[in-house]
Amino acid sequence: MIEPIIEGTYKFDGVAAKLGYNLNKMCFSFNEESCREEFRQDEAAYCDKFKLNPAQKEAILKRDIIALLRNGGSIYYLAKFAGTLGLNVQDVGGIMTGQTTEEFQAYLDSQGVGKTNG
Amino acid sequence: MAKILGAIGTSHVPAIGVAVDRGIEDTPYWKDLFAAYVPVREWINENKPDIAVLFYNDHGLEMFLDKKPTFSIGCADEYCNADEGWGIKPIPPLTGETDLSWHIVNHLIENDFDPTVCQDIKVDHGATVPMSVLYPGHTYKGTKVIPIAINCERHPMPKPSRSYAFGKAIGDAIRSWDSDQTVVVLGTGGLSHQLDGERAGYLNTEFDQMCMDKLVTDPESLTHYTNDELTEIAGAQGVELAMWLAMRGACSGPVDELVNVLIAPISNTAAGVQLLVPKD
Repeated sequence: MIEPIIEGTYKFDGVAAKLGYNLNKMCFSFNEESCREEFRQDEAAYCDKFKLNPAQKEAILKRDIIALLRNGGSIYYLAKFAGTLGLNVQDVGGIMTGQTTEEFQAYLDSQGVGKTNG
Repeated sequence: MAKILGAIGTSHVPAIGVAVDRGIEDTPYWKDLFAAYVPVREWINENKPDIAVLFYNDHGLEMFLDKKPTFSIGCADEYCNADEGWGIKPIPPLTGETDLSWHIVNHLIENDFDPTVCQDIKVDHGATVPMSVLYPGHTYKGTKVIPIAINCERHPMPKPSRSYAFGKAIGDAIRSWDSDQTVVVLGTGGLSHQLDGERAGYLNTEFDQMCMDKLVTDPESLTHYTNDELTEIAGAQGVELAMWLAMRGACSGPVDELVNVLIAPISNTAAGVQLLVPKD
């Protein structure tokens, strides 16, 4: 399991890249619509095809993004997993921080600069 | 010899490309950001650089973990974009400039940088969003592009000092190219943001503004950070400062700052727009 280097932050380094290789390879495949469709047809079988370990497979089926990070997921490929589910990066931010998408957006807005009409 | 006319720093978040696609630039969320690009586009129209040397990072379209270059240079006649998995519309191909690409490669290796040479690569939103926003309506047909990628995904990644020196070596290569063509250097990505973890959504606009100001007056002061420090100060993807440092390294020496605008949030990021031109 990958532990945070600072609170809420997982460093994607060699250790994570080794642990997460199959998971990331599966999510990399989601660049192709045919692969996204195959995943949607049978999620568990698609995980098995890429030899995900049980923790990774469970996290995929439960959409547990934090568990995916802790099991070696890289956000670059997890973003493609999110896209396959029809989620955007604010939705994913909400899931990871235990907020609704609107609450996560409000947190971003609370740090805003430079918008006169935003 | 070829001449660097200026340097442009810009965000490359996909949402900007989507906003262009949907024609919603004038809505409250977007209008201040797109207003910042107006003088940059005017400068491009007035100066018409022949070539854009574009620093970006690939987010897993072309460069997966199986073979992941630390630094790489496009040496292709054309660069295509493709489906990235979450719905951004691909843009028409970019035209390459292989003579300058190879000149840069030769110069870099003689000067102790050893990039991966790419004769056939797809480029992702890191390259396509800046071109879409700087050349509205994909009017970049007359502009040749050299995409240069820096690994910003998997640690270890180049130290900020190294990305700056890499940019500097590329600037030297451009200025030693026997050609009368003109070049604009694009630094893309950033600025502060964190997409992943329970700390997702973290921004640090004070730090971003300091970085944009120091890029003008004292870029070397930004090269002392480690990537772990940038992660803590500017978020996990704040390491994309690498491309802005490479840009400023290439456009070295005293510069005039024509645009410096920071807008947040844009998607999950703080978005910088900066235009620098060398003092004569």
